[in-house]
Amino acid sequence: MSSGLDVAAPGIGLPEGDEAEEETGLWRRVYDNIRTGNLGILPIVIGLAFIVVFFSFKATNFFTADNFNNIIQMAGLTMLAFGVVFVLLLGEIDLSIGYLSGIAALAVAEFQLPGSGHAYPGLVAIAIAVGLCALIGGAQGSVVAKVGVPSFVVTLAGLLIWQGVILQVLEIKGVIVIEDNLINDLANYYFSANAGWIIAAVITGLYAVGTLGGVIGKRRAGVAIRRPLLLVAKVVGVAVACFGVVAVSNHASVPRGLPLAGVLVVIFLVVLTFLAKRTPFGRHVYAVGGNAEAARRAGINVARIRIIVFMISGAMAGVGGVILAARLNSVDLNVGGGTLLLDAISAAVIGGTSLFGGRGEVRSALIGALVISTVSNGLNTAGYKTGTIYIVTGVILLLAVTLDTIARRLQARSGR
Amino acid sequence: MSETPILQLRGISKSFGSVQALADVDFEVRDGEVMALVGDNGAGKSTLIKCVGGIHSPDSGEILFEGKPVHINSPKEAAGLGIEIVYQDLALCDNLDVVQNMYLGREERDWLWRLKEPLMEQRTAETLRSLSVTTIRSIRQPVASLSGGQRQSVAVAKAVQWNSKLVILDEPTAALGVAQTRQVLDLVKRLAEQGLGVVLISHNLQDVFEVATRITVLRLGRDVGVYEREKTTQQEVVQAITAGIPTKVAGIPTTTPELAS
Repeated sequence: MSSGLDVAAPGIGLPEGDEAEEETGLWRRVYDNIRTGNLGILPIVIGLAFIVVFFSFKATNFFTADNFNNIIQMAGLTMLAFGVVFVLLLGEIDLSIGYLSGIAALAVAEFQLPGSGHAYPGLVAIAIAVGLCALIGGAQGSVVAKVGVPSFVVTLAGLLIWQGVILQVLEIKGVIVIEDNLINDLANYYFSANAGWIIAAVITGLYAVGTLGGVIGKRRAGVAIRRPLLLVAKVVGVAVACFGVVAVSNHASVPRGLPLAGVLVVIFLVVLTFLAKRTPFGRHVYAVGGNAEAARRAGINVARIRIIVFMISGAMAGVGGVILAARLNSVDLNVGGGTLLLDAISAAVIGGTSLFGGRGEVRSALIGALVISTVSNGLNTAGYKTGTIYIVTGVILLLAVTLDTIARRLQARSGR
Repeated sequence: MSETPILQLRGISKSFGSVQALADVDFEVRDGEVMALVGDNGAGKSTLIKCVGGIHSPDSGEILFEGKPVHINSPKEAAGLGIEIVYQDLALCDNLDVVQNMYLGREERDWLWRLKEPLMEQRTAETLRSLSVTTIRSIRQPVASLSGGQRQSVAVAKAVQWNSKLVILDEPTAALGVAQTRQVLDLVKRLAEQGLGVVLISHNLQDVFEVATRITVLRLGRDVGVYEREKTTQQEVVQAITAGIPTKVAGIPTTTPELAS
């Protein structure tokens, strides 16, 4: 997760000798990261911790196992935000994802509808819904990449069009109830206590094995292993987080146990992080976002990358839409609307993804969504109204973007 | 030096609308030499190398690479032949680190589509070492944090890493200070010593006379002549750049040679 930011002694010539590097390594790295505009996730994690502590004092029922399971229900929003990260990495924007998720909800509800003549098993309905959104995303992306219409305009048109489609369909049908158990389970299934522990153990184990594999690969290639202690700390951190989450959710009273939706979020987090950081495709996304001309000259098919990214964005909106629909067991006229779109973009940005392209991580979507959900949940439990929630979220968003802009200015200054 | 030149251009012409950027230009580069390409702004230097790099296709004329006629239709095809161009604006991604930039577009991956980071890092270190680029503190730092000379060195190293046979450098020292210019010129010499054909495009005759083996002068889209560095003077080259040689520039009335003092 940190490969792009690591700065410490590699194998090439150091005029001053290696010892100096060892001593100043950590501070140099922090300094370099700030200088080049990589603030990392530290500010936002500190912010999140502050928010949690604040609400723990403010509302007596905030820091409870039951409420913890409420917050983890932000899975749908997080899925949308995952897609937003990829679009933002390109320096583009996708405003259609809100109502696109509504289209997915509509599709999944329609294609499971008993007695409609096109009632499919839940899994098939989900696949159709997500596939449809990926196609729509790809179509919008094609207009951006091939024709050259700004993504803001294309996806703004998409926002209007898909909202219109939803209104037209649901004005006639009113509400579609989702009766398929598999679909509803996406948001409403909770693992038993023991299953939760096993999942935590599996995730921790896989992470440890993956880390170990990386170390072995580096050793074999004779490349310096940076900060081995940090790797150990990360594995321990993941273990604590996994087992901690399971322990808390197993203590909740009403929906007891680890929510399936939470596990889905982790799975998508891992898969998408792999895609972004460990594959040539992900590398090319960063390259196009950093300097599209350089990417083109390096032989990267920039249009193809853009289209695929908009497909990912559409597909993730689809996944999010299905989960949100499953949570309500139904689809109505409000689907995909409200603050969903802006919350998803805010989540990615608050988590540290730059609006200017080229900088950000998949995990920032999760962290940002956590912040937004925690704030709104905390203010809710403390008895504040919706207006206050919007104002506070807005201020946090402004702070996050301001930080990003300052970081970017520092980066430009350090250029040469 | 008597073998076939690695690159030969014969009678290259190129027009953009009514503007004739290149008219019947001949140009050649041999292995192990630094061929400087000089000329005033708008002389057609960039257009010429873009024809070689597959960005423009010439209207007429032929390109011979290693003695064989070739048609270069894209930068990828140029790279496939072993031709690498380092453009003035470097074409590096600031947000990626040195290794990531070096392998951009040609990442090594395994059967699971995973990037082979250790391998790429190791090879990058080797390439930089072989070119004696030693001032970069870490090859895992973002390119944004490098100095101008270091960035230029990375761009050049990126170009030569792929067993390229011909490297074209477009104004490599334009934005650099004295020490950094030195660093880059040394690198240019080293490339030629390793047997590559090198084309150096520059405005700075000081630099050109320091590293070039031969000098081709372009003026108003035509080649004025080729000069051996050993047998010419800066004055003669300046004259060719500004006034041309009357017999070779058709359609332009003979001008009084303005000698630079």
